[in-house]
Amino acid sequence: MVTSVTNFSRSGLSDWVLQRVSAVILATYAIFIVGYLLCTPELTFGQWKELFSMTSVRIYTLLAVLALVAHAWVGLWTIATDYIKPALIRFLFNAAVIGTLFVLVVWSIEILWGL
Amino acid sequence: MIFVLAALDMSLASEESFNQLKECMQSPVAKFITWGILSALGYHFVAGIKHLLMDAGIGETLEGGRVASIITLVLGGLVIVLAGVWVW
Repeated sequence: MVTSVTNFSRSGLSDWVLQRVSAVILATYAIFIVGYLLCTPELTFGQWKELFSMTSVRIYTLLAVLALVAHAWVGLWTIATDYIKPALIRFLFNAAVIGTLFVLVVWSIEILWGL
Repeated sequence: MIFVLAALDMSLASEESFNQLKECMQSPVAKFITWGILSALGYHFVAGIKHLLMDAGIGETLEGGRVASIITLVLGGLVIVLAGVWVW
């Protein structure tokens, strides 16, 4: 039996659910942002700033970023597990993914709430 | 994602950087990168919805899967073309 000590939740079923829930969150966020941009073709800084000064939009954006992190980790972990045989290279790949996703979260929080 | 976050950062940091970004987005290279990102996301979006539909038991047969895959490819192509129209 394959021991799955490195997947997101140590359970394939929770990973499966997480992947679907995060997918739906990301899909609705994509529709929201693309819809907004399509509805305001002549976007000004004031309108854009106002949109992202709303707490609900900030929280929704952060939720989408966290969903992206979970979604990307489950997806890339699966790819690495399936296709990268050498343990060291797989470990380095997974570590690089985690590092990148962590930076993504910190940077997003800074953009949304910083200064 | 790095490009997307960098753009979001610039767009919200100040009016100056917002206009700078707007200017930068006029260049063919920036447009091509934007189109590439939108294409990848758009295709992933369409294929993901097909995946969710299959989870729900729709298109699980061999024939159904074939039809669903063709629909996914066609819709994915359409999204990519529309994304190009939007960017240019």
